[in-house]
Amino acid sequence: MITFTLNGRKVAAQSPDDAPLLWVIRDELGLTGTKFGCGIGLCGACTVHLDGRATRSCITPLGSVAGASVTTIEGLDGEHPLQAAWRELQVPQCGYCQPGQIMQACTLIKDYPEPTDRDIDAVMSGNLCRCMAYLRIRGAIKLAASRVREGTGRG
Amino acid sequence: MTRRNRTILGGLVLLGIVAFVVVTWRPAIRPTERPPTGFPADSVLSGERLAAVGHCASCHTRPGGPPYAGGYGINTPFGTIYGTNITPDPDTGIGLWSLDAFTRAMRQGVRRDGSHNFPAFPYWAFTQLTDADIGALYAFVMTRPAVKATVPAATLPLPLRIRALQGGWKLLFFRPEHFRPDPTKSAEWNHGAYLANALADCSGCHSPRNALGGERRHLRYAGNLIDGWIAPALTQENPSPVPWTTDELFDYLRSGSSPLHGATAATMTPVIRNALDQPVVPDSDVRAIAVYFNDVAQANVPAARIESVTRTALSTSLLGADDQEDPGAILYAGACLGCHSNTGKVPLATRPELALNSALTLATPTNFIQVVLQGVGASDGAPGLTMPEYASSLSDAQIATLAAYLRRTRTQLPAWTDLESQVAAARRAIAAH
Repeated sequence: MITFTLNGRKVAAQSPDDAPLLWVIRDELGLTGTKFGCGIGLCGACTVHLDGRATRSCITPLGSVAGASVTTIEGLDGEHPLQAAWRELQVPQCGYCQPGQIMQACTLIKDYPEPTDRDIDAVMSGNLCRCMAYLRIRGAIKLAASRVREGTGRG
Repeated sequence: MTRRNRTILGGLVLLGIVAFVVVTWRPAIRPTERPPTGFPADSVLSGERLAAVGHCASCHTRPGGPPYAGGYGINTPFGTIYGTNITPDPDTGIGLWSLDAFTRAMRQGVRRDGSHNFPAFPYWAFTQLTDADIGALYAFVMTRPAVKATVPAATLPLPLRIRALQGGWKLLFFRPEHFRPDPTKSAEWNHGAYLANALADCSGCHSPRNALGGERRHLRYAGNLIDGWIAPALTQENPSPVPWTTDELFDYLRSGSSPLHGATAATMTPVIRNALDQPVVPDSDVRAIAVYFNDVAQANVPAARIESVTRTALSTSLLGADDQEDPGAILYAGACLGCHSNTGKVPLATRPELALNSALTLATPTNFIQVVLQGVGASDGAPGLTMPEYASSLSDAQIATLAAYLRRTRTQLPAWTDLESQVAAARRAIAAH
């Protein structure tokens, strides 16, 4: 049994130590905002935060998060600057990749508070969008980052 | 052989055995009636600091287990040796060990009952500790919560697991000696040398060993293979693209990561995490160790060189991002770039820059393969810096392709060979543990 903190709450998971965190989050713990896209860490749909930084939950074994803090898209309260920007710019099309995009973008604006196109290209390179919403993803990241800088939105 | 010669030979062998026993046998020290108490607070605090720098918990605490209660399996080339319970439990710990017994164990590797320690316990380092420091460590361990816990026996083959024969190992490789400060060096250097060599036993992992596990003294700090990972050379042979400065060493040892070198992983992590990074260890101790190793490395790097190497590394950071042809680039862009890219003017410690990482510049791809296969879990690396594992998502061929690509594009060094078979071998070794 592995205990860790999920969106601020202590949880105990019964799944085996080598179970991918993605399935523990979705199937055992019932949070389905995080998506399965490829299962091999190459599409970004499964992105969550581990100890505050984005990582791919489909290739993170449960055992490796013992005692740590995991945040999923549900752990953002809906008013995160990125979520607000996503809504304003109507970013999602089908929406499937977007939780992963948002979780990755959180780490991006933490590392690069004033992100350039080059920063965005590099950090978001592993998050694929088959609906090609990339232009709006880019715009929303810049909008959210500027609000965080101005202090009109939390980081 | 004549009968007379056989008799003489037999006599000599018998004499040899008797001499061996006489020289290596140690008496038991009488157990105390109960675990000792009444230690002054400053002694315990001093011991706490020394136990942190000496990362005693890294061998004496099982991951997730009660502190100092033992049970952690140390993988040696000879088998697995389990760290003992050093809590003051009278039955399964060292609660009935007098200070004399504790001191003898630290200085000579002999347990209270007179049996020899296996050389997984670095008594050849601790023998150099001062009486005051050994006394403080005694005060510290004797004031930990007592835990009733037995540890598994060592899985060494015969005859290696016969403790009496460890006396022979000591005759060959162990010289009890006091720490001798170097009068030509500063007090800070000497303090660092003392902490590194008498307490933290950095040489225990970072120096090569001979077939019997004895340290090869003339190759001190030339690096070694530990539990499947390479502990790099700390001498001029250190493979990091940017030579280590005292400041970088300090950052790394204090926090587990440094922007120009990367982050800790594997068996180095418990030396730093919950050890050197603890508030009870003053900055001055860590800085002294950094000063010492900066000298061991004989680096003396001009700042301009550090800047130019860093600039070159950063210029390669996005290589592969737009490449639709090279299979290595495609893998890199999909699996790695999102976390490892550095697009700023300086690399971020939270985004380990691969072009600055010794995993790509070591002579063999060992560390690169290990970290890609196993990742870095929440408790395995610097706090807050994790990496997922690619063992189940990338094949041997793909990891080999990635390794070759990164070696070719991020370094100027000759290509690694036999990559795919090395990945396969690493997988087998990991599965065997």
